[in-house]
Amino acid sequence: MKFRAKIINKGFVELFIQVSVTIAKLTKVCVLRVCQDKLCFGPTGPRATREARLWCEVSRGAFYQFNMEGVSEELNEIYLELTSEHLSRAVRNAGNAASLKLQLTNKRRPCLTVAVELASRTGHTHLMVHDLPVRVLPRRWWKEYPEPNVQVSDVSVYLPGLRTLKSIVERMANMGENVLVEANLNGKMNLSVETDVVSIKTYFKNLGNPPKSALSVTQDRDPESMVQVWVENRKLLQFFEGQQINPTMTLCNILSNTLLHLVLVHEDVSLQYFIPAL
Amino acid sequence: MKCLVTGGNVKVLGKAVHSLSRIGDELYLEPLEDGLSLRTVNSSRSAYACFLFAPLFFQQYQAATPGQDLLRCKILMKSFLSVFRSLAVLEKTVEKCCISLNGRSSRLVVQLHCKYGEQAPGQLRGYPGAREAGKPAETLSAHAGVRKTHNLSFQDCESLQAVFDPSSCPHVLRAPARILGEAILPFPPTLAEVTLGIGRGHRVILRSYQEEEADSTVKAMVTEMSIGEEDFQQLQAPVGVAITFCLKEFRGLLSFAESAHLPLSIHFDAPGRPAIFIIEDSLLDGHFVLATLSEADLHSQDMGPSELHRPVPPLQAPSTPHVDDFVNDDIDSYMIAMETTVGSEGPRALPSISLSPGPCSEEEDEAEPSTVPGTPPPKKFRSLFFGSILAPVHSPQGPSPVLAADSDGEG
Repeated sequence: MKFRAKIINKGFVELFIQVSVTIAKLTKVCVLRVCQDKLCFGPTGPRATREARLWCEVSRGAFYQFNMEGVSEELNEIYLELTSEHLSRAVRNAGNAASLKLQLTNKRRPCLTVAVELASRTGHTHLMVHDLPVRVLPRRWWKEYPEPNVQVSDVSVYLPGLRTLKSIVERMANMGENVLVEANLNGKMNLSVETDVVSIKTYFKNLGNPPKSALSVTQDRDPESMVQVWVENRKLLQFFEGQQINPTMTLCNILSNTLLHLVLVHEDVSLQYFIPAL
Repeated sequence: MKCLVTGGNVKVLGKAVHSLSRIGDELYLEPLEDGLSLRTVNSSRSAYACFLFAPLFFQQYQAATPGQDLLRCKILMKSFLSVFRSLAVLEKTVEKCCISLNGRSSRLVVQLHCKYGEQAPGQLRGYPGAREAGKPAETLSAHAGVRKTHNLSFQDCESLQAVFDPSSCPHVLRAPARILGEAILPFPPTLAEVTLGIGRGHRVILRSYQEEEADSTVKAMVTEMSIGEEDFQQLQAPVGVAITFCLKEFRGLLSFAESAHLPLSIHFDAPGRPAIFIIEDSLLDGHFVLATLSEADLHSQDMGPSELHRPVPPLQAPSTPHVDDFVNDDIDSYMIAMETTVGSEGPRALPSISLSPGPCSEEEDEAEPSTVPGTPPPKKFRSLFFGSILAPVHSPQGPSPVLAADSDGEG
């Protein structure tokens, strides 16, 4: 089993830092799945259906070098369980790094070694190396950590600016515990919160919808009709406060009264967050 | 004793007190002919710190009123620190600081002469700028302003002296404080101890030191920073030597050195022997002496690959920027071992990795609680050798100094 990857592009180093910090804010322990063409970060632990779940992929294209040899030829992957905060701490100071290297090593126990080449003000190189303790998950447990299947959804809409959304969700969180998220095929999305004395509703329009082919079978839906899902405000807020990536594309998929699925994409990175309905 | 500190030196003095406060709870203040010395030692006697301010540091310096003996006193660090609590305020508002020690009243008097806000009468606009340019403050508004007087009670005490001699240490390295500051940047503030050593290619390596039980399921992250010898002004130590000392105590001196833009030199010897950290310029010098972990304590921690078992754990530089190594890549053997021993446990039965609580709390769980938070547990660090009576060089009068361990009977 081997894994070795290196980033030398400053933009990708920055992106990897953002990914690591985001993951640390959204899940305490994560499972890193090293595949032939990408790295996947997912949650660990038994799957509680009430919890929001994260899934983040970093494709091979972000890396200058990417070599891996999985457990076997048929199962050419590696599953590692690690503490997310370790990873974020390891890369946090790598802002101006000349290179960032990840390597699976065995230093008395399996470690994910993160080696960062920093240029000091004198121009000389400082080398920062972190050994993150990891647990290599055996093959027979892999089925516990599946890739989330792309759910069919009833509506899909591009999101408004994340900063705006975050501030609105923050204010709504002060009002009520639950928020109604709804959207339609005409590029409209509403967020509302309701209590005994007050109700607040925010209307977004002209958001645009992703191409219809991504959607499910319900093609005959009236484009004006809203697809709804009630979710816990806390979970939505945690996502907006935690995520650090500056995405080029954001969208949300709603499966009526079942699931709110948020998707962010930036170059070779995609981040998905699944929030179940109340 | 009477001395007067003015201008930017007030903040320097304040910073020194902050540094000392990281070490001990009591401050020994001793005016000498050489200058004013401020010393402290931690409760487990594993760290000693001393700042000596030369007479030129002060606008006025009088070690003792003529005809009187040199006095010395011991005060609560907390009390003295409270005078210099906010360095920002010191810098902005305090023009002069007068410290006097009178044998008759048993009080140490610290008087701060402050500007009254930003617009003290009689001042030019842009006054702060004028002060920075080095123009004397007193010519402008000497009479307006606030005077804060602190009367601190003190105890008579014996002179605090530690036995150490930098020149007897075979290894020394010296670098600008900024380089060392960059070197410890990745270490979390809670990290108690760090190992400093020389690795392959004469790179200076700083590595987080963790105490771990062999069967502990809680695993901590290990961080290592490697700096090339070209960043050091002096590097006189062979590859392979290493010492482990308390990072929190070191940070105290380092932050002072960084603000004063001074180089810091580290003199050290074999593990177990104290390490001496020195900063100096024409007006002051600071000496911090910290105990280091002995070989017996280090045995449990291997610095290199487990195949190498040497009494002094070797520090290997991690792969240099130009050399890629697959040396530690292969973990198949571990994998096989794991699959056979784990047996029939299902994934749900095995707990996930719990968050490491951090090295600091690990230590607190297993060792006797130390009285000074952040100090390594007493039993792990051998006391600095306070054992012999030092013939006094600086204080001719007064009783021959008894060393701290034996003095005062306070324990």
